[in-house]
Amino acid sequence: MLYGYAGKILKIDLSSGKHSIENTPEKLAEEYLGGRGFVARLLYDMIEPGIDPLGPKNVVVIATGPLSGHLLPGSGKTHFGALSPATGGYGDSNMGGHFGPNLKYAGYDCLVLKGAADRLSTLVIDNDKIEIFAEDKLQGRGAIETEKELKDRLGEEFQILTIGPAGENRVVYACISHDFGRQAGRTGVAAVLGSKNIKAIAVRGSGNIPIFDSKAAQKKGEEMYKVCFSKPGFKTWTPYGTASITGWANEVGAFPTRNFQTSYADFHHKINGQAIIDRLLVTDKGCFGCPTPCGKYGHTKTAVGSAYVEGPEYESIATLGGSCCLEEIEEVAYANYVCDQLGLDTISAGVVVSFAMECFEKGVLSADDIGREISFGSLKDVVYLLEKIAAREGIGAILADGVKPAAAAFGGGSEQYAIHVKGLEWSGYECRNAPGMMLSYMTADVGAHHNRSWALGYDVSQSDADVSELIEAGAGGPMEVSSPDGKVDHVISMQHSRPLYDTLGICRLQTMEIGFETFHYEEVFELITGRTITWREMLFISERIWQLTRQFNVKHIEGFGRSWDYPPERFMKEPVATGPNKGRFIERNILDNMLDEYYEKRGWDENGTPKAETLAYFGLT
Amino acid sequence: MKLKVKEERCSGCNVCRVVCTLQNFGAVQPSQALLRIKGQFPDPGTYRIAFCTQCGDCADACPEGAIKEKNGEYNIDYDLCTQCLLCVDCCPFEVMVVTEAGYPAKCTGCGKCVKLCPRQVVLADRDARGSK
Repeated sequence: MLYGYAGKILKIDLSSGKHSIENTPEKLAEEYLGGRGFVARLLYDMIEPGIDPLGPKNVVVIATGPLSGHLLPGSGKTHFGALSPATGGYGDSNMGGHFGPNLKYAGYDCLVLKGAADRLSTLVIDNDKIEIFAEDKLQGRGAIETEKELKDRLGEEFQILTIGPAGENRVVYACISHDFGRQAGRTGVAAVLGSKNIKAIAVRGSGNIPIFDSKAAQKKGEEMYKVCFSKPGFKTWTPYGTASITGWANEVGAFPTRNFQTSYADFHHKINGQAIIDRLLVTDKGCFGCPTPCGKYGHTKTAVGSAYVEGPEYESIATLGGSCCLEEIEEVAYANYVCDQLGLDTISAGVVVSFAMECFEKGVLSADDIGREISFGSLKDVVYLLEKIAAREGIGAILADGVKPAAAAFGGGSEQYAIHVKGLEWSGYECRNAPGMMLSYMTADVGAHHNRSWALGYDVSQSDADVSELIEAGAGGPMEVSSPDGKVDHVISMQHSRPLYDTLGICRLQTMEIGFETFHYEEVFELITGRTITWREMLFISERIWQLTRQFNVKHIEGFGRSWDYPPERFMKEPVATGPNKGRFIERNILDNMLDEYYEKRGWDENGTPKAETLAYFGLT
Repeated sequence: MKLKVKEERCSGCNVCRVVCTLQNFGAVQPSQALLRIKGQFPDPGTYRIAFCTQCGDCADACPEGAIKEKNGEYNIDYDLCTQCLLCVDCCPFEVMVVTEAGYPAKCTGCGKCVKLCPRQVVLADRDARGSK
């Protein structure tokens, strides 16, 4: 028996409306644990090469981990994946909230969707009752609005995922929304749901999850909460959440500003965590099982509009605030709200909008092309572009495909303003003086995302300090040039440790932000599942998944290889305009050398393809 | 232990509900928790908590006299319970549940929710100790 797991996988063919329920294979749990591991393995096995990511042959996998839904800090995570319409390769995204635990209580570790419904629909999973309802009336409705309507219709105990108009219109960076402010934002899984005509998925789980030793697991879970309560960061980090890093990111010159033309915003103190508390906050909002709620739910009022909104968290501050230059927290929050209703990933959307602004500033796009003049710092222009993108109207029809295809369409040298890797827009850390972080973005399986490795702290401090400690220490004086030495090993290590949390179905922030020790997870894992496994052994599994997702990209992206692992030219040629890293850029030969070392240590050839013996070593042949 | 709550501190994490079911039923099964949280979203962005106030309505409804008060807490005497479930129906806060075996269950005042709430939302009502 698979203790700790729900034990079943629910597969639904949306074309026929039929479903099947299979036992979660013990071998799958043994070799891939859950969450991201299940997503990667199932996608690799189920998706044929050469298919259209937005066609019915794509597959969406929604997976929980073995620790999801149990009594331990941060056990509310759910992992989503599909062949990404943004990159054409491996796509996944992770979200907190309450959906995953309830999927397990309903009896399922995993939900697999293939085919496509013939009209816009809601999928309702009420324990063992599976139904698909036509939802013509919800067409074009906002993601938050849709969740509210379904909560009222179905009941409070249902946990609901929704997409907004952006997902319906297959914007390749559409996000999945949940719990009035949580999103699985990256890689466009919501566009895939849109292509399958799924507007929402609701789940009610009334059952329980079998536990190997429930008394001991309860005792350990209680102990883990108490350990969290005792960490200094529990009290200092929690009030501000992820926004607490805004000031530090500016102090060290890593805050993307004006479409990454510079890495410092002189208005950062107006859009930081303190500004949220002073000017927006209604309540802290936590995910399932979370002792350190980073969600800051508030109300914003601007000249353009007012709204209740969760956030902005750091990434939204960096991309909508920094990169689009919205200088007031109320404006950042309102832009965040517009993204949430439209169902757009705030990271990609912010970078796409700032890209369009720079294209206009540099004369690549005219007012006629855009439909009006636009400028950095204008909330009206940000909202205008977001609405055009979600509707795929006018210039929005091109921007909806992301900065890489948009630059190809616009020409005029605009590719240097297109800040992405593999077609996925860059998240909130500028790296021209952070070689480790740069390599993290370059080599992340999904494209330019910080979730896989966040080496910036190491670039700055040369230590493994957690975020609370980094913020406490500050920049410590003028920024020195950060050396690439030792960074490859650090990045590789982080690429195993950070995704492991997504694999187990838990939040990494208790460890990363307040220094919660990993041995607790080993102990609680054994009590819940009955399986003895060390953290190191789990990291080996995480490395197996890393090799698999690389191989996924080799399999699905035509011509995939080394050239897909470089950042935009801007970072290698253009000096940072202002701030602590003024005048700096990263030379291409530094990146070449780091990639050579990285590929060698990964067991990949010089083009970045896993060697046969490497795949064999990880049991992937 | 009689409970009181400070709803304005709640972040909706549900830790109270998870530990409640582990302590009382040996299972992780929040649908059976003896307290409930309802988010008021998107507007006004607050949480409402329904919990057992030890009001005694369940005892009044029980035709068998199976729910008895001691030191301000009401507990079910399962030897006397006939599973009529009138108590569950009449709970004004809807925080009684029916177990898999068909018996009613109510807050036992175990205090696990108080000990584990990360934000001191669920508290022991010390003033109420010993009073109805």
